[in-house]
Amino acid sequence: MLPFILRRLAQAVLVMLVVGMGAFSLFQYVGDPVSNMVGQDASAAQRAQLHVDLGLDKPAVVQFARFVGHALTGDFGLSLRQGREVSALIAERLPATLELAVVAALIAIAAGVPLGVYAALRRRRWDGKAAMAVSLLGVSLPTFLVGVVLIEVFSVLLGWLPSFGRGATVQLGAWSTGLLTLDGWRHILLPALTLAVYQLALLMRLVRAEMLEALRSDYVKFARARGLPDRVVHFGHALRNALMPVLTISGMQLGSLIAFSVITETVFAWPGMGSLFIQAVQFPDVPVMAAYLCLIALVFVVINLVVDLLYAAVDPRLRLHGARAGARP
Amino acid sequence: MSRPATSAPARTRAATPHAGAWRRLLASELWHDFVRSPTALLAAAVALLCVGGALLAPWLAPHDPSDLATLDLADSHLPPAWLADGRATYLLGTDDQGRDMLSALLYGLRISLMVGLSSVTLSVLLGVTTGLVAGFAGGVVDAALMRLCDVMLSFPPILIALLIDGVGRVVFPHAHDVLAFAVLILALTLTEWGRYARTVRGSTLVERHKEYVQAARLVGVPAWRLLRRHVLPNVLGPVLVLATIQVGQAIVTEATLSFLGVGVPPTTPSLGTLIRVGNDFLHAGEWWITLFPAVVLVLVALSVNLLGDWLRDELNPRLR
Repeated sequence: MLPFILRRLAQAVLVMLVVGMGAFSLFQYVGDPVSNMVGQDASAAQRAQLHVDLGLDKPAVVQFARFVGHALTGDFGLSLRQGREVSALIAERLPATLELAVVAALIAIAAGVPLGVYAALRRRRWDGKAAMAVSLLGVSLPTFLVGVVLIEVFSVLLGWLPSFGRGATVQLGAWSTGLLTLDGWRHILLPALTLAVYQLALLMRLVRAEMLEALRSDYVKFARARGLPDRVVHFGHALRNALMPVLTISGMQLGSLIAFSVITETVFAWPGMGSLFIQAVQFPDVPVMAAYLCLIALVFVVINLVVDLLYAAVDPRLRLHGARAGARP
Repeated sequence: MSRPATSAPARTRAATPHAGAWRRLLASELWHDFVRSPTALLAAAVALLCVGGALLAPWLAPHDPSDLATLDLADSHLPPAWLADGRATYLLGTDDQGRDMLSALLYGLRISLMVGLSSVTLSVLLGVTTGLVAGFAGGVVDAALMRLCDVMLSFPPILIALLIDGVGRVVFPHAHDVLAFAVLILALTLTEWGRYARTVRGSTLVERHKEYVQAARLVGVPAWRLLRRHVLPNVLGPVLVLATIQVGQAIVTEATLSFLGVGVPPTTPSLGTLIRVGNDFLHAGEWWITLFPAVVLVLVALSVNLLGDWLRDELNPRLR
């Protein structure tokens, strides 16, 4: 087990280094960092001094090592657009995005799993087929369009829910949460639903496919042959085995929820990391882009690592080959 | 996604020994099921209608949205023809600049389809080649290519596309409108090639140990010819499914980027930019500027997804 963990850790570090290199080249070679930092009226001597101060005269390897060192302490320099520490900007907006992603994930799981089981159990009936057709619509609907429609219906026409912002937030130490106030919940409902639609449909299709696979297996046939009632066979045997891959994939989808929130946050003017990133792309604000890239990469790498290690803990065969054979759909 | 990889080639290999006949047989077998599936027929009809409308836009569209001389601001914000204030010349109404919505829609569809199809074609070429080489060469080449794939695939496409777009803006600050299409297609290509590479590599690994490949090798068929003539036809099934679904995905991603204001230039009518413009007037009750492009976008995505789904079930009957 230990060699597997070490090898997997080394891989994770390698991926982060590759991403770091991408972020580093953004920093150093895209645009001119010196003219980004000084004003228009800086003299040539000041520029040269800053050039040396920033270490831009050193070999690229040394500069990269410096960059990694800074990045490890969370230092990504100053935002070109706002002139503030990038890390502070991101830390400020992290809670909004995480809360949105978690609420969306809960909606997707709470609705997606039962619907998927239903569609699998009634796959030959019209309602099971209808559920699948609706899920295909859910996968096809562009996220931004779902947001626009929800705003139009629930905010403009019905006037039930607000269409932008987080509403009232409560400060818990450094974390500002909107989940402790009624107003915060009213504000998070539409964006979370928007973000959840695609994941819900995806999860539902995945659960259905895994359930069908399980229902065809020998242990289900055997359980039926033993005369166990359908309820026990379906939920005790089939669903239990179908849920394992579903759990992994939904864990890995948490990362893409955070990424997809870029769209949702823009549509709903949600003050999270995603809207920060979009503004950075439009400006363009390289340090913010680079920092966001590294952060998202870290989230994905950590999630993948945890999933892989959990799998290895469950399935001893994987420790030898190091590949997660059955995990991907 | 790895399941069709193993089942499709196995089935077809059992049916016929060599590639030319296989292709014809697959076509006829698929065709046989295709004409008997109402869903597939309907989806194909909608998709064909969209493609046809886009291709024939210059002849079908009553106005040319890029011709500024025909625009009249007095004609702006007109509702569709069947409403009280509508005019017969503007069947689906006009937008804020007096552009005919039907024409803008046809031309917008053209741009969306162009971006979607070209990015998918490029990523299929790149991904299939990479996959074949990785699967066949093995060793260090394989490991390096697949790790690269892993890194690309661990990011959602929309993020990479946004990032490439951002970099494009920094590198070419003034020429952005001209290069927007190139940057957009590049972004979509680079985010998707990994899926094809991984799928094809998996199938190639299976194929390369089969007797027909060994036999061809023994006869002295050169490696590139072996890959192109013998291995490639047998690994294309899953690629076809993936590519179909990805066309829809690419069109949606393009629309999303354009909606966010970082896709095609804002003055070019694509489905995304039309919805973006229309969204500003939605609250004023001018729903037609948003609704028509939105419906077309959903129809395109849905029909392509339906086709892809049908194709996957066809190649992998176990999921039915």
